[in-house]
Amino acid sequence: MNAIRTPTRWLVGLVGILLTTALFLVPFAFIFVTAAKDANDASMLQFSWPVHFQLWQNIVDVFQARDYMLVIAFINSTVLTVGSVALMVVCGSMIAYVLDRRKSRLNPLINTLVLAGLIIPPAVVPTIWVMQSLHLFRTLPGLILVEVAFGLSFTVLTMRAFVATIPREIDEAAIVDGAGPLRLFFRVIFPLLKSVIVTIVVVQSIFVFNDFQNPLYFLPGNQNATVQLTLFNYMSQASTTYNLLFANILVITIPMLVMYILFQRQIVAGMTSGAVKG
Amino acid sequence: MSYTTIRSGEQVSLKRAPRASAEHVDKTYPLWFHLPGGIIYLVLFIVPTVFSFYFAFTRWTLFKSTFIGFDNFVLFFSEPGLIGSLRNTLVYGFLTSGLKVVLGMMLAVVLSAPIIARGYLRSVTFFPVLVSAVGVGLTFQVLLDPFNGVVNQLITAITGHDGPGWLTDPNIALLSVVGIDVWKGIGLATLIYIAGIAAIPNEYFEAARVDGASSWQVFRNIILPLSFPATSTVIILSLIGGLRSFDLIWTTTQGGPGFASDVIASVIYKQYQAGFYGLSTAGNVILFIVVTAIIYPLSRWLNSKETVL
Repeated sequence: MNAIRTPTRWLVGLVGILLTTALFLVPFAFIFVTAAKDANDASMLQFSWPVHFQLWQNIVDVFQARDYMLVIAFINSTVLTVGSVALMVVCGSMIAYVLDRRKSRLNPLINTLVLAGLIIPPAVVPTIWVMQSLHLFRTLPGLILVEVAFGLSFTVLTMRAFVATIPREIDEAAIVDGAGPLRLFFRVIFPLLKSVIVTIVVVQSIFVFNDFQNPLYFLPGNQNATVQLTLFNYMSQASTTYNLLFANILVITIPMLVMYILFQRQIVAGMTSGAVKG
Repeated sequence: MSYTTIRSGEQVSLKRAPRASAEHVDKTYPLWFHLPGGIIYLVLFIVPTVFSFYFAFTRWTLFKSTFIGFDNFVLFFSEPGLIGSLRNTLVYGFLTSGLKVVLGMMLAVVLSAPIIARGYLRSVTFFPVLVSAVGVGLTFQVLLDPFNGVVNQLITAITGHDGPGWLTDPNIALLSVVGIDVWKGIGLATLIYIAGIAAIPNEYFEAARVDGASSWQVFRNIILPLSFPATSTVIILSLIGGLRSFDLIWTTTQGGPGFASDVIASVIYKQYQAGFYGLSTAGNVILFIVVTAIIYPLSRWLNSKETVL
């Protein structure tokens, strides 16, 4: 792959830059310029520089709309994301650890359940039915647990591969020093999982924060909105306020872009796990 | 005498060793570690899945269910709007998956070569993965507006004719959403392929160069077969995602116009909204069967091919 001559490198690079700019950057630029327009200007749907640049004003408007609904939504989404990802990491790593270390007769069953969780589409109404009987329907803790249940398989699968790389001698050493199972796991093993934990946290945060379907089903109602549902505030048959719609899209996308810039390496590691087998 | 003591000594150690280690394993790696996650998973995922196979055969109000046999399924398969969703689900799943495999592979080969601005290109193609399906869907609804949208204005400017109603023409609405899905997901497929290509040992490329292989031969005989694990990951991941897809379809066309772009997942939501919980759950069971019947044999087949390599 190193045999490419310099002119070709430049040519392919330039063509690539032009194509990706047209295909991938223009939609992002469109979001940005529309988010900065006034309502009239934005309703033309043109890809043009705003006549009046009022990005900040639009962002303030978006946050204040409908009694600060977006602020509430950000709080809801943050609690949802932090809560469910934290539970996924703790529960998932405990399962992955025992699954790897202990050859029990349960293992084939657990492996099957993990794969089932990756493949099977969740049964919506029966889930609501179960949640209702547990008084979890329409509650944030309920949605957190649902996200944990749906995201656990991927977590266990990714973590198990990593746990297998930690030598058992470390376990033995800790036991000789008198550590019980809880201390062994949470004080010795858990810190060693740091890199895979960061990967899981980043990947699952993107998934939960961007999720639309599960909040729609399991946490309906405006007072409970998560950030993805706030976008529908600006959509209506009669008049869509496009500048505020796109300002809202911009505001809820920025956290994930920042996350990508900070954790690029971990995202790549997490999303490509499984692609590079022996 | 001494013989027996040695033997009994051996027996003792033989007896003790496994028992001690079993106890040791049980103490060190207790099975209850499975419980916290396992309970959440069983209660909120496995239990509803198992019960869906009962409620799919009932007329159901969440409080009361009446067993009605196969009525829900008969309705599903006789109603044109519903049976169409089955076809659309398959079209959507296989098209998005196929396009992501082909285009992702092509992009990855280019982005693995030492071209200029490689880091920038990799990042830009990955950005859409980070945007929510809702954000992408609403943005494209505006970009693809039949009259004022940027895409059709460009088409009019170049060709002089009106562009198609991307999301409003029943013949192409589903395909337009497929296109948007590929736009959003191609970065992930590319990323997986790049990792797969990077894992190919350099000796192969060096040997090919010594032998004077052309770029196409390198691609055909080295990259394509040796990145097979990446291919099978992309196929399985994108097929599972595509068959279950809801967010993007709901935020671009809501299954319309008419039922033109309805998939099973959107039918499940519509029937749920309308209060037909039994029918909605029957949709769920059908989706379960479709996804499992495709993914399970396919992944076994791909795995067996992987081990041959």
